[in-house]
Amino acid sequence: MNSAQMLLAAPEAWVLIMACVIMIVDLFLREERRGIIHMLAMMTVIFAAIITMRADYLVDGVQAVTAFKGSFIRDPMGDVLKVFSFVIMGLIFTYSKYYLRNFNMFRADFFTLSLFALLGVMLLISANSMLMIYLGLELISLSVYALVAFDRESGRGSEAAMKYFVLGSMASGMLLYGMSMIYGATGSLLLPDIAEAIRTQGTDDILLVFGLVFVVVGIAFKFGVVPFHMWIPDVYEGAPPAVTLFISSVPKLAAFAMAYRFLSSGLGDLHVHWQGMLASLAVLSIILGNLAAIMQTNIKRMLAYSTISHMGFVMLGLLPGTAFGFGASMYYVIVYGLMSVAAFGMVILLSTRGVEAENLEDFKGLNQRNPFYAAIMGLVMFSMAGVPPMVGFFAKLMVLKAVIEAGMMWLAIVAVVLAVIGAFYYLRVIKYMYFDEAEDETTITAPVDFGAALTLNGLMILGLGIFSSSLIAICMTSFGL
Amino acid sequence: MMNGTMNGFLLSILIWLPILGAVVVVGAGEHRPSMAKGLALLISSVTFLLGLPLFFSFDTSTAAMQFVELRPWIETFNIQYYLGVDGFSAPLILLTLFFGVLVVIAGWRSIEKSVNQYMAAFLVMEGLMIGVFSALDGLLFYVFFEAMLIPMFLVIGIWGGPRRVYATIKFFLYTFLGSVFMLIGLIYLYLQSGTWDILAWHEMPLGFTAQKWLFLGFLAAFAVKIPMFPVHTWLPDAHVEAPTGGSVILAAIMLKIGGYGFIRFSLPITPDASAALDWLVIGLSLIAVVYIGFVALAQQDMKKLIAYSSISHMGFVTLGLFVAFGIYRNTGGVSGAALGVEGAMVQMVSHGFISGALFLTVGVLYDRVHSRMIKDYGGVANTMPWFAIFAVFFLMANSGLPGTSGFVGEFMVILSAFQANFWFAFLAALTLILGAAYSLWLAKRVIFGAVVNHEVENLQDINAREALVLGVLAVAILFVGLWPQPLVDMMQASVDHLLQHIIQSKVL
Repeated sequence: MNSAQMLLAAPEAWVLIMACVIMIVDLFLREERRGIIHMLAMMTVIFAAIITMRADYLVDGVQAVTAFKGSFIRDPMGDVLKVFSFVIMGLIFTYSKYYLRNFNMFRADFFTLSLFALLGVMLLISANSMLMIYLGLELISLSVYALVAFDRESGRGSEAAMKYFVLGSMASGMLLYGMSMIYGATGSLLLPDIAEAIRTQGTDDILLVFGLVFVVVGIAFKFGVVPFHMWIPDVYEGAPPAVTLFISSVPKLAAFAMAYRFLSSGLGDLHVHWQGMLASLAVLSIILGNLAAIMQTNIKRMLAYSTISHMGFVMLGLLPGTAFGFGASMYYVIVYGLMSVAAFGMVILLSTRGVEAENLEDFKGLNQRNPFYAAIMGLVMFSMAGVPPMVGFFAKLMVLKAVIEAGMMWLAIVAVVLAVIGAFYYLRVIKYMYFDEAEDETTITAPVDFGAALTLNGLMILGLGIFSSSLIAICMTSFGL
Repeated sequence: MMNGTMNGFLLSILIWLPILGAVVVVGAGEHRPSMAKGLALLISSVTFLLGLPLFFSFDTSTAAMQFVELRPWIETFNIQYYLGVDGFSAPLILLTLFFGVLVVIAGWRSIEKSVNQYMAAFLVMEGLMIGVFSALDGLLFYVFFEAMLIPMFLVIGIWGGPRRVYATIKFFLYTFLGSVFMLIGLIYLYLQSGTWDILAWHEMPLGFTAQKWLFLGFLAAFAVKIPMFPVHTWLPDAHVEAPTGGSVILAAIMLKIGGYGFIRFSLPITPDASAALDWLVIGLSLIAVVYIGFVALAQQDMKKLIAYSSISHMGFVTLGLFVAFGIYRNTGGVSGAALGVEGAMVQMVSHGFISGALFLTVGVLYDRVHSRMIKDYGGVANTMPWFAIFAVFFLMANSGLPGTSGFVGEFMVILSAFQANFWFAFLAALTLILGAAYSLWLAKRVIFGAVVNHEVENLQDINAREALVLGVLAVAILFVGLWPQPLVDMMQASVDHLLQHIIQSKVL
């Protein structure tokens, strides 16, 4: 192990160190100076982004570098995903500070646990062996289990954490089971070696296909696609919105990386087997997510089902197994992360001191109470519905193109018809905000940093749509297009 | 050419000036309505004046695209920011610019809630509609086409009548559903050709089966928009609930986008499928003309009546476009078909003026009485003589009185339809009776007769602002009716080009 290899993992090391520093610093802080913790956390993600973007390993046309005996990989795709994880994390910290203060939960544990989860996300993104995948996955999961139950007084929070823990452990178990089969069939934990072994011994190994099934289950659980979606609505609803912010965004980026590394780098030759699996997962998610979301009256549950349908679209991008498809999926998942934090940021904004905004009715008359924030929520909703020129449309466009290119026209038709049905519940939010009279006429105000973050977030959703070429190009070049 | 460098950006200016202006108008704030109105009027007037070169510097001798702008937008996919106008789009853009100013004036007094947002929504809509008419890149077209729904959705939903939520969501979902099929078609075309350039798609050979599916995809989008029977049901709801300005834009411009779509996409990209399936479009058009004409006769609500009359009149547009194939089969030439396509275009412009004027007329009454029901009126002529003159004139134009623009378009289409099939012309000509029946009967019940109630007795006649709006429209209707030549000249070259193009098979 030389130091150059260590440097490849510098962002990870930095986040780990800062998570520990924050934990220790908190012990010496008086209650009223807790703000420092937030500043430290923000500094962590900002510097992590800077370190990641330096990317000086990319010399002489090198496309990827591995470290730690090949189990850790740095490549442009991973860097892009990490940088966007940091951007989203910065937004999350800004939104959640406001919430945590309002609800008397401003403790350092939140930031420490979040940073550990972020570290897990980074490891998962850079994982090149099954061991590293499992390590990253469990680091995310364990931190999030604790975060979901962060509000100790909340019965719903504890219930949600318990459910998530039980289901999550089961999924981890299945994934491990699948990994052990693949290890048994190929004799290696490293994804490139697995790919090599499959290439030499052929794909007809029943053990390998069984292993694949369990791995797909693990991935599907992480994405939360049907039929492994049961935890999503309950966890979204039960967890404090500050935590839901995180669950709904950053881990999805990691889940995409995991799916890509596992399915393409490792099991790429089994494409014929996993394509059908992903297709059924995608169709079921898009159908169930969109239909169930219509029936929700709780905004968090509605957004939960909307996540399920969006993750179905991400699956659509994965299943052709082409570089373009992966690029489209990556674009979709990044865009979704940005939209999702904005939506939950709005939920936090509407939560007044001690009362969480939960019902769609809480959005009533928002246009009268604060036209600016109503407009931002409007952008987010139209974006999620896939209406141009918002960025959500371009995400859907890329995925549809990947699917049609792969000759699966019927999937594209199912997807767009359900997207239209899905548009209904996003429009309903707009209807509450714009067409209904406010019951509570008080104007809504937010602290400056919160407002600035939300504005930036909203502008990203519009701006990345109108000027969509840069982000699309970044995603596509990550896959050599 | 008046000014070469300026013309290179003209379309972009027309699109983005109102949209960016809308941001300023919103910024005027809730509490300064007169400032918002003043700004909106200024921006829309400036846009209108800037757009005049589209008429005066327009080269009528060529079918090629003019005022072209081309720069890369999303390079990874070869998507371009590609704008340009020809004889089909230029008149429609001018119509849009014209109504952009009129709706601001029309909404001057009648809107009280969130005036700044109302004005901004109309400015954004104006920019996006000009974008639709000038986009020559398939995806750019789709982006404008869909984005346009957002401001309209909000306009109906915020400032609309009692059932506005139902109406606006129905409007949005209908249009959205239609257009996603078009999106799949566009992606397919891109994958086949490697470009989103609409003009390149015109030249691209395509198998018949592919053409057929593409044609149906386009039909789904444009039939909803125009709207054609049987997907027209959103229109009466949307019109009835929309505020006057919303109805005007919806009828005068948005419906035209459906007709324009047929001209820009369906006919030239899938000519063989259009020829094979022309019976479908013609059949639906004739149903619209005749059946919807009868439906209009039975309406109790003035706005609903005009909405149905719009559907019926738009039937002429699709009829005029699609009889071309029948004429070519009968005569082996396209000279007769040119009349039909030109008639369809004139009908679009004329219907823009007339339906806009009629909705404004109803708006004048609604502002005073707050009812749209025919039974609440009667004898309006006694208390509002000036208003009555305009209203009767517009209704006459609606029924196709010679000398008004309503006559020209319908007459051209009917003449052309004769050469395809006698019965097409016969059924289409029924509209002259039906249109006269529902329009004049409406005039009789609302305008003439004895004063029926107190409300009518206390009506104030139109003020100078309203007279200005209605007067300008009346002049426009008369102008197109008496001297349609400039309008026809503008599109002549493009029509000939289109017809020469669509009679050639694209099947390899």
